[in-house]
Amino acid sequence: MKRRDFLIGSCLAPVVLSASVNAQQKRTLSIVTSLPKELSSAYKAAFEKLNPDINVEVQQRGTQAAVTYLRETRAKSATDIFWASAPDAFEVLKGEGLLAKFVPADTGVPAKIGDYPINDPEGYYAGFALSGAAIMWNSRYVRANNLPAVKGWNDLALPVMFDHVAMAMPSRSGSTHLTVETILQARGWKDGWALLKSVCGNMRLITERSFGVPDGVTSGQFGFGVVLDYQALAARGAGFPVEFVHPSDTTIVPSNIGVVRDGPNSAAAQKFIEFMLSPDGQAILFEPTVGRLPVRPDSYKKAPAGTPNPFAIEWGGGGGFKFDVDRSEKRYAIVDVVFDQLISFQLQPLKNVTKTLHAVDANLAKRPNAEAATLAAQAREAIALMPFDDKEAQSAEFAEAFHGSNEKKKGPRQAELEQKWASFARDNYAKAQQLADKAAQLAG
Amino acid sequence: MSSITKTDLADRPGFAVRLGGVAFGQYAAAGLIALFLLAFLVVPVLTVIVAAFQDKHSGAFTLINVYDFLRNELFLRSFWNSLYVSLMSVLWATVLALPLAYITTRFAFRGAVMIQTLGIIPLIMPPFAGAIAMQLLFGRNGTVNLLLGDWFGINLPLMEGLNGVIFVQAVHYFPFILINLSTSLRNIDRAMEEAAQNLGAHGFRLFRKVVFPLAMPGYIAGASLVFVKVFDDLATPLLLNVQDMLAPQAFLRITSIGIADPIGYVIAVVLIVFSVFALWLASFATRGKDYATIQRGGGGLSKRQMTRLDAVFAYGVIGFILAIVLAPHLGLLLLSFATIWSYAPLPDGFTFAHYRTIFGESSQLITNTLIYATLAGIIGVCLGTAISYLVARTKVIGARWLDFIAMSALAVPGVVLGMGYLRTYYAIELPWGGSLAAFWGMIAIALGVRRLPYALRACSAALQQVSVSLEEAAENVGATKARTIRRVVVPLMTGGIVAGFVTSFATAAVELSATMMLVQSTADAPLAYGLYVFMQSPAGRGAGAALGVLAVVIVGICTYLSHVYLERRSAPSRREEGA
Repeated sequence: MKRRDFLIGSCLAPVVLSASVNAQQKRTLSIVTSLPKELSSAYKAAFEKLNPDINVEVQQRGTQAAVTYLRETRAKSATDIFWASAPDAFEVLKGEGLLAKFVPADTGVPAKIGDYPINDPEGYYAGFALSGAAIMWNSRYVRANNLPAVKGWNDLALPVMFDHVAMAMPSRSGSTHLTVETILQARGWKDGWALLKSVCGNMRLITERSFGVPDGVTSGQFGFGVVLDYQALAARGAGFPVEFVHPSDTTIVPSNIGVVRDGPNSAAAQKFIEFMLSPDGQAILFEPTVGRLPVRPDSYKKAPAGTPNPFAIEWGGGGGFKFDVDRSEKRYAIVDVVFDQLISFQLQPLKNVTKTLHAVDANLAKRPNAEAATLAAQAREAIALMPFDDKEAQSAEFAEAFHGSNEKKKGPRQAELEQKWASFARDNYAKAQQLADKAAQLAG
Repeated sequence: MSSITKTDLADRPGFAVRLGGVAFGQYAAAGLIALFLLAFLVVPVLTVIVAAFQDKHSGAFTLINVYDFLRNELFLRSFWNSLYVSLMSVLWATVLALPLAYITTRFAFRGAVMIQTLGIIPLIMPPFAGAIAMQLLFGRNGTVNLLLGDWFGINLPLMEGLNGVIFVQAVHYFPFILINLSTSLRNIDRAMEEAAQNLGAHGFRLFRKVVFPLAMPGYIAGASLVFVKVFDDLATPLLLNVQDMLAPQAFLRITSIGIADPIGYVIAVVLIVFSVFALWLASFATRGKDYATIQRGGGGLSKRQMTRLDAVFAYGVIGFILAIVLAPHLGLLLLSFATIWSYAPLPDGFTFAHYRTIFGESSQLITNTLIYATLAGIIGVCLGTAISYLVARTKVIGARWLDFIAMSALAVPGVVLGMGYLRTYYAIELPWGGSLAAFWGMIAIALGVRRLPYALRACSAALQQVSVSLEEAAENVGATKARTIRRVVVPLMTGGIVAGFVTSFATAAVELSATMMLVQSTADAPLAYGLYVFMQSPAGRGAGAALGVLAVVIVGICTYLSHVYLERRSAPSRREEGA
């Protein structure tokens, strides 16, 4: 018995000691972030050096976990700063009154990049780095599988790309959501979804973690990934054989930082953000394993070789469209859910019919057959069909179904809509498969 | 153990007083346990999953969400997928565990303790790191398939779809069966086996008709754990990108930003209810049968010598199984020393740099992990022993419900428990400042609650093999109930208690999902959290793997030590009884 007591006692001793040491003399700045350690620890080190009286405490959490944490701790917030990539997370926090307004001193950061405001127009959060959607690939994988170079989204739909591409679910990744929304705005609702479905028909997988995509590309589990440019830059900086390209119709968006309302140390929070936006703070973004693009145009004079300058690229201009922030917000949840119901959770049938159609195309190229070509075109139309149009996507009825509100509602429930869309997709993919099979017989 | 035979006659309270006292003591114990479960499991979870029965708009009670769940094809498909994967995982886990358990307990075998320890290592699969290592080895472009492609031009879909999930889950969770089955086999009375042999049973028939049925409590304990754990596990399917299973669906919905969606909580309720139902079914498998044998400490099955051919065969089988189940850890080891590993059978080069990276930060992480995991293990075995005793030996009303409630912790997603703790305890201030939810002890309690089912099943299995007549004997010679439990029951259950402690300790050491919600400062963070932080960037992959290796090594050593301790405890008593 004695020995056991001693064992337990000696296990507990360090706990008691460490608990008492925790009482810090310094003021603590508490940051919750979803950003990688390389980035946060670089800023922590630099900021603590400048402000020896402040101790920066960084808590790393996934974006969803961070939002939940802030929500559950709102009664007495222990967090000063929320720091993440996804703009949607900031919108949610702002909507719930969890962010404080703050005005960074004049920092020389322009108001907009392309059509996208760098700082929140209402002043609840600020952009600290820029990132654009990119297609990233593993050079070894591409060489070994004889895959072509890609320039834009359409290239990902090529037959040769079948089973070599991956992306994240837009419902799980704010950045992927923006990529999808950009494609929808650039190509229009109908053509945009048609393109997305033909690209997704080539997907090796649609992952739940944003980081799963760059991770799979770097380790060579698949060849191409739809990512943000910094993910490719950071992987290249770490020495992995990866490259990337910005497709022409993409927008560049800021990664953000915001002050949490009623945090224990808001003065230090303000200071931290000002440091981050200063020339010295922005220069940290160029470190090889960080690999982000500064929001200050003057920083690019000192950029390392091979870094694109987003201020020199004409964003959105290539596709000749204007990014409509308002429209994007109205249909935010709808785009996420419809993508999941039509694509993520129906991936196998979509892939099967895409594969058949690729085979039909190959045979038709050798031996043209008008009837088979018509059937293949009909199959593609069936795949592209959408259960509702752009207008309905922005309707109040849909918005109500997805967000809880206090009013008594009459419209359909979210679950009803989901089931409806899922069976719509299932039926159309099945129909497309029949048509494609018939075409394959004729063309074969 | 010699103490059991000596009976202390000094204090013998009157019979009637004792009876009243016993019942009171039992109800007090049951009450305390119920209070603990209520405070740290039921209430926090209810505060979160109550949303399943609320109208999204008005907050009024409704069953419409359940109706929506039942009408949804995706969820029904997910349910069947989960069921299929769980059953197949139990099957394959049995295939992996049975030979290891049988050979190491039944034959005089060099390195049995080592093999038992190595057999537990797969349970310690650090989050992210394990999955990445598996992909690098067995994935479509992993080592195995790249080599197979070069040599034979084939590609095995080991990690694809539901089969991939089954493969990984079987490898990951087979130790549950191994540990519990081995413990049971050790507890079988040699006399039973000898009696069967005298009656002419040999070889496989002996095993099938006598040995395995007697070890049933352990097997059922292990298999039901594997089943429920696989059914409720969300990390593995998600990391393999299988989304149409039930637990991942719940997780995806509960953690989506900005959409108020009650269906996620309905799925959580379904997971809990179905898990409890499965355990209830499993309890039928052993109910109404007597697995206890009176002579304990007889050293279990007689260990026999193997012929040379047998030995070669046995080592071959064990080597093969260990090679499969330890492959992820080999991959992790390679990754931790790798410079760049990308689309190649092996890394480009090797380096110690990752270990240098983690050197500075790891000591705090290790200390925290050991403290949390030890406390979790202690919580597990204390409650586990008490609950299993109340269920098996007393007539306390509702004791079985304590068992079911404790087991339902298996089905509660970590993130739900973490949210529940924040919701229930964040507003409570500690006397020395700070919130109760932010207190490090809460992490230990959360881990203890989450790992309680492992310890509980191990303890109940052990208790089923202890004969009631031993306790009656002790009481007849005047020992009080409390004294009997302390000096007779618990010592006889030692094997099961240690097995329970080891499983909860080892798995708590790498838990992430609930921890993630509760860690409030890096000073309180355990290894799994540090690992997560590293694993979010390409540059941190090696360092994360190094931390993972560290976690496995440390937990492995602790496991080995507890096995040695167990062997040493039972060895002297064996000699004693033999003499």
